[in-house]
Amino acid sequence: MTMQSPMDVLARSATTTPSASVRQSVEVAKLIDESKCIGCKACQVACSQWNELSDDIGSTVGVYDNPSNLSDESWTLMRFAEVETQGALEWLIRKDGCMHCTDPGCLKACPAPGAIVQYSNGIVDFNQENCIGCGNCVTGCPFDIPRISKKDNKAYKCTLCSDRVSVGLEPACVKTCPTGAITFGKKDDMVAYGNRRSDELKDRGYKNAGLYNPSGVGGTHVMYVLKHADTPEKYSGLPSNPSVSPLVSLWKGAAKPLAVAAMVGAVVAGFFHYMKVGPIAEKEEDKA
Amino acid sequence: METSSKDLPRYDDATRMNHWAIALLFFAAGLSGLAFFHPSLYFLTHLFGGGPWTRILHPYFGVLMFLCFIGIYIKLWRDNLLNKVDKQWLGQAGEMFAGRKENMPAVGKYNAGQKLVFWSMTISLLVLLLTGLLFWHAWFPALPVLARRIGVVLHALSAVVLVLTVIVHIYAAIWVKGTTRAMTRGTVSRGWAQANHPLWYRDVTGGK
Repeated sequence: MTMQSPMDVLARSATTTPSASVRQSVEVAKLIDESKCIGCKACQVACSQWNELSDDIGSTVGVYDNPSNLSDESWTLMRFAEVETQGALEWLIRKDGCMHCTDPGCLKACPAPGAIVQYSNGIVDFNQENCIGCGNCVTGCPFDIPRISKKDNKAYKCTLCSDRVSVGLEPACVKTCPTGAITFGKKDDMVAYGNRRSDELKDRGYKNAGLYNPSGVGGTHVMYVLKHADTPEKYSGLPSNPSVSPLVSLWKGAAKPLAVAAMVGAVVAGFFHYMKVGPIAEKEEDKA
Repeated sequence: METSSKDLPRYDDATRMNHWAIALLFFAAGLSGLAFFHPSLYFLTHLFGGGPWTRILHPYFGVLMFLCFIGIYIKLWRDNLLNKVDKQWLGQAGEMFAGRKENMPAVGKYNAGQKLVFWSMTISLLVLLLTGLLFWHAWFPALPVLARRIGVVLHALSAVVLVLTVIVHIYAAIWVKGTTRAMTRGTVSRGWAQANHPLWYRDVTGGK
């Protein structure tokens, strides 16, 4: 869902001309401080409530994750990992969901004009009206986030509450978080705050604490403060160096317009060959 | 089109109808696929009832095309095995392009260019089918993302190969006069056969 102004569009899927971008907004970001998270799932509830989503009741899979995975109706999910660090058990809890990449693989992969839009504030939003349900966003995403609905074959994911943000409110998960683990604001401020929090954690003995704002995707507009920023994989497989797959870049890169040119060129070349060389005629006398 | 009782049969009705079924499905699958190939071609979705319908239909067109191709493959693959003369023919292909057909070595039912078209279509269709299944979300939504990524790249690549091959195929039929009737009527003139496929002419006429 999008209620953003259509005049602050940074990038639009399957569109080769510039989008309306006369209005520039401040780059925003959500910062999730893993060290402050108690795993209460209030963010999941707030997300469902604000977005009026009611996922089917699933079944337990033996861990605290509930539901067991993201879905078209569950756009954020606490993932619980039990990790042994130097003989001690650690319970690492990560709020999973769309990272709102600066270089979004979903948008790059999408073939439907305007089905995925990136606003100048950094939010990457799906526009279900234009979605054709092909699943290419799933192919392009380095974080395994988009889900295709089985009911309507449209792709869904966290909108970073673009509707709330556009009217000056923070996302629903941020508003509800009881421990202040989720904060929202200007991207610059959030980076500064995240670095400060990482330093505090280092002072407390977490020497590998750091801000997760991966440069492989140009940075993200959802960032984490991690106690173990050197091994983000510990947090239920958060990739340490995510980037848009080279296969996706090859598939959607310069090769495509060149291939279109080759196909059109082959027809044009055939036309001129015919005009220059002429047909290989069937001799009249042979016909009889 | 002038026909004569002395014309030589080249394709029976079953082969011809098989060919045209593939041709129609090629345009259906090709145009619906190109719609997603590049934004400049997205307008092609209008031919199929919009984006979602194009996405729904494209794989079925493709699978049907592949199934139809199996029929013509079984009928023609032996005639398309490459031999020594084909190597020579390819070495002199420049003469052919320059329109000096008379300088080309004598060939049987198919010349080396036609054979390469056949194998290019066979291989690209096989790759299109196998890779297309990897990201046919409606039926196979749970495949690993790496499989999908490899699938989309090879699918797009083999689609370009197939389109270029079909362009060559259609152009050759327009260029060499007297050829299209082999598929529209099933027969060719004796003169056409002698000029373009002398060894085949000898085989089917017994040299007469």
